[in-house]
Amino acid sequence: MSWLRWALLAAVFAGLGLFAWQLSREKDEFVHSTMIGKPIPPFDLPAAVADRPGLSSRDLADGRPKLLNVFASWCVPCAAEAPNLARLEASGAEIVAVAIRDRPEDVAAFLERYGNPFTRIGKDDISAVQLSIGSSGVPETFVIDGKGVIRHQHIGDIRDGDVPVLLEKLREAGA
Amino acid sequence: MIATARHSGESRDRMPPARCLRDAVPAFAAMTMWVLVSCLALPAAAQDSLPPAPYAYQQLEDPALEARAQALMETLRCLKCQSQSIADSDAPMAGDMRHQVRTRIAAGEDPEAIRAWLIERYGDYVSYKPTVSATTWPLFAVPAVLVLLALLILRRRLRRAR
Repeated sequence: MSWLRWALLAAVFAGLGLFAWQLSREKDEFVHSTMIGKPIPPFDLPAAVADRPGLSSRDLADGRPKLLNVFASWCVPCAAEAPNLARLEASGAEIVAVAIRDRPEDVAAFLERYGNPFTRIGKDDISAVQLSIGSSGVPETFVIDGKGVIRHQHIGDIRDGDVPVLLEKLREAGA
Repeated sequence: MIATARHSGESRDRMPPARCLRDAVPAFAAMTMWVLVSCLALPAAAQDSLPPAPYAYQQLEDPALEARAQALMETLRCLKCQSQSIADSDAPMAGDMRHQVRTRIAAGEDPEAIRAWLIERYGDYVSYKPTVSATTWPLFAVPAVLVLLALLILRRRLRRAR
């Protein structure tokens, strides 16, 4: 009987240890894309605003690495990251975007207010491209290499500290 | 709910300043309520204004196809609301996922192929159907071990009691 008691005691402490370990770990509620390292699926989106062309998967495989920003005018953190997108653009990053479930006039007003660092903006009214690249919300920023392969995913708004990380990831992708 | 929040928000300005504790308590309660309700109302403002995708709430005409789509949607997890399937969720993104599922089913795609397509993008997270894998096997093994252990203890006790 005694070995069973010890075994049970050990099991209880192992369980408590597991709880303590899991509770002390930082919580990650993000759903990460599992498309990293894979080519971007084919798509062709119309323009979201009048003064920028739309976006297709061919534009993402033109030999130059890019940042692909998934945003929306109705998304509060998207406005918060605008200054850092401007910094990335000023550092030489080419940034294209997909506007999720958005009206052209709202996108135009948003860009008017927070700045427009994008060379192309595709209009995705049913989150089709978002779903095809494994993005689960706005804002998200993907690093795409010159061949159109997804190299990195940044989830949430781009904070000050994320700017050098994204520039480094772009360099790794061949910029 | 949101409409009520706006009304109580307006009435806050009209509230006379509290002169004693007895007046202050309801005033404080009303303000707390207003703050709580406006916090709840905030995420609703961060929503898009587009109508739902065509097949987000629209069923397929063919009942057999709709049944296949419905069965599949119940096994796919909403990316915005972790404990709901896309069949149960009103999140716009879940609606867009239902549109994907229904149009693909209508185009003759196999439900398992659609599941695989989503799992390729989001990993096991997007699956709302329990499967045994390298990370989930303890969930199935632990109850079995506990039952075995309980039987073992029971047998020892019964044998001793005899």
